[in-house]
Amino acid sequence: MNAFIKFLRKPLASAIVAIAVGFAVAAIVLAIAGFAPGPSFAALFQGALGRPKYIANVIIKATPILLTGVAVAFAYKTGLFNIGAEGQYIAGTIAATIVGVVFDFPAPIQILLVIVSGALAGALLGAFIGFLKARFGIHEVITSIMTNWIMLYLCNFVVSTDTFHKANSTSAIPINPSGYTMVLPNWKRSEAGIEFLNGIPWLKEVLLKTDLNFGFLIAVAVAILAGILLARTELGYELRAVGHNKDAARFAGINVEKNIILAMLISGTFCGLAGVLNITGISPHTITTIAAMEGYGFNGLSVAFIAGCSTVGCIPASLLFAGLIYGGMTVQEVMGAPSEIINIMIGTIVFFTALPGVTPLLAAWIERRKAPPEELATSHVEARHDAPAGDGAGHDASAKGGEEQPC
Amino acid sequence: MLNNAILLVSITLMYSTPLVFGALGGVISERSGVVNIGIEGMMVIGAISAAAASYFTQNPWLAFLIAGLCGAAVAALHAIASVTFSANQTVSGVAINLLAPGIALFACRSMFDGAAMTPIVPKLPKIFGANAFAGTIWANLNMNVSTVIALALTIALWFVLYKTKWGLRVRAVGEHPAAADTLGINVYRTRFICVLVSGMLAGFGGAAMTTAIISQFTQTAISGHGFIALAAVIFGKWTPQGAYRACLLFGCTQALVVLLGGGAIVVPSQILAMLPYIMTIIVLVLFVGRSVAPRADGVPYIKGSR
Repeated sequence: MNAFIKFLRKPLASAIVAIAVGFAVAAIVLAIAGFAPGPSFAALFQGALGRPKYIANVIIKATPILLTGVAVAFAYKTGLFNIGAEGQYIAGTIAATIVGVVFDFPAPIQILLVIVSGALAGALLGAFIGFLKARFGIHEVITSIMTNWIMLYLCNFVVSTDTFHKANSTSAIPINPSGYTMVLPNWKRSEAGIEFLNGIPWLKEVLLKTDLNFGFLIAVAVAILAGILLARTELGYELRAVGHNKDAARFAGINVEKNIILAMLISGTFCGLAGVLNITGISPHTITTIAAMEGYGFNGLSVAFIAGCSTVGCIPASLLFAGLIYGGMTVQEVMGAPSEIINIMIGTIVFFTALPGVTPLLAAWIERRKAPPEELATSHVEARHDAPAGDGAGHDASAKGGEEQPC
Repeated sequence: MLNNAILLVSITLMYSTPLVFGALGGVISERSGVVNIGIEGMMVIGAISAAAASYFTQNPWLAFLIAGLCGAAVAALHAIASVTFSANQTVSGVAINLLAPGIALFACRSMFDGAAMTPIVPKLPKIFGANAFAGTIWANLNMNVSTVIALALTIALWFVLYKTKWGLRVRAVGEHPAAADTLGINVYRTRFICVLVSGMLAGFGGAAMTTAIISQFTQTAISGHGFIALAAVIFGKWTPQGAYRACLLFGCTQALVVLLGGGAIVVPSQILAMLPYIMTIIVLVLFVGRSVAPRADGVPYIKGSR
């Protein structure tokens, strides 16, 4: 029983419960709409993991939302709600396309140049939002929402300019191939490459049928580094201190304004990076006219919250999310069920991860059942219940901590 | 000149009306201390339920009310999570925004043979009847009745929040729930009701879009309106009248975009389309400045904690 109570207090318990509930709700909705849940889920798994190229595509889809997820989680830990991840992502794609088309250096320099420019664009936009908050006290949520739309129209504007517009299409010109970050883009299509790959069918499928690229490795590295930056460095300490209690941080001699700008700058960098890696890593290697938000930033919110705003936790969360979205398309193909069922499922999962309080509450409730309050009040020594006094106190503290900084 | 002025007014009011409903919803929820990022999702639910109800009942008024109820039903999820279970309000709101479009499209496809949009549905009436001033420029001022409802609700919400006992309690709960609790105000119940009302208003907002402006539900009927409404809440410093003004400003810049776009100005349409968003930031920097949220906004109340 104690082990069970302990487990209920772990964040992982809430995540597992949330995912289970997500599947359950999806099953119920499917059943009500007249689709058999079992085969639908089978199609989902088949579509996400059934073949090597599906797995590769899940990883490819996970890359940008991992980075935007890390960005949102990072900002959240520093007390900022970066709902502008979408705009910073678009800024990254715009900068990457412009630089990638205009310049044509040899591969390593070109790749570096494109990536840096995209990350910089995201960073600047993030810093701008941070600056408006730090200098003028304008809530980052407003400026974020506004900049999302500004970037969307900027993207459409760049696509429409004579310099960048690709004739007879809704896209801009693709970036120069020296900026591509796919795994061995030329070798895999060369004769030697194909001959070699014929010996390894799964690798051949993965390399030739998908745009497998190095983006995910970069994203994973960023997730880990962001975690270290937050938890182990002086800068990370200052950022978290500002997020936790601005006044206390200021009193302790921390420059609050600088840290707000810095936090948004770093968060924006990650989003910009997400944008660049989608341009350099996957076709069509350019920006396209967009009518509505594509959701890379908003999906980043979901990833971050499923991960409980742990930057490293975003890695499995992004894979789960990408797997559901990618596999969801198969559900529609095979079962004819609207793929929106996946949105309902993901929404349910996020909804239940919002309730990290539920499983600990349950734990506390079970504990209270075992120990009536009078006994606690009279004497700890005589207490027959097996929960140590410190345990309850620790829970109280954590409950309060969770209240102020829920992630 | 007069034509343009009339057009400006009418387009401004048309654009701002759905936003006003959403923003009022945001105001009441956040004033009670519950952040409601989920306005967007609640508006989407309002939009689909209004369109569907108007199609099946042929009664747009009834549809308008049903949209409010459906919005409140979604808000109940948010309330249960964030009020009853002290969940993270932001995350819960984000979840609503994921869930609602999913539910809306799923329902739409189920009801209308797999189509992602509804047929054209009956609309709410205009204030001076369908054919008043037909053929003249004044017909543009024959606004949707929803515009009037939005204004009336703004005034009503202002009155309730600042002139009634219940409003005072709502604000107390949003500023200092523990103090309110010691005075015998039921914090949980107050917040729960406010979130429900918030969902109802957002549902009206969705209905104001699909049964007054575009007369059908499409996938993009509500695209970002809830977020703009959210921005308007903060812009308006969490007051109904402020939020209303913010929505008007936003609608006005949208109207300018429409008017300038049809004119002889050689600005690319995409750049012109940025205008409302850039204007909002500029106005915030120059005139509005620091916004202070209700003190307990976003903080779940846990009885007995200080």
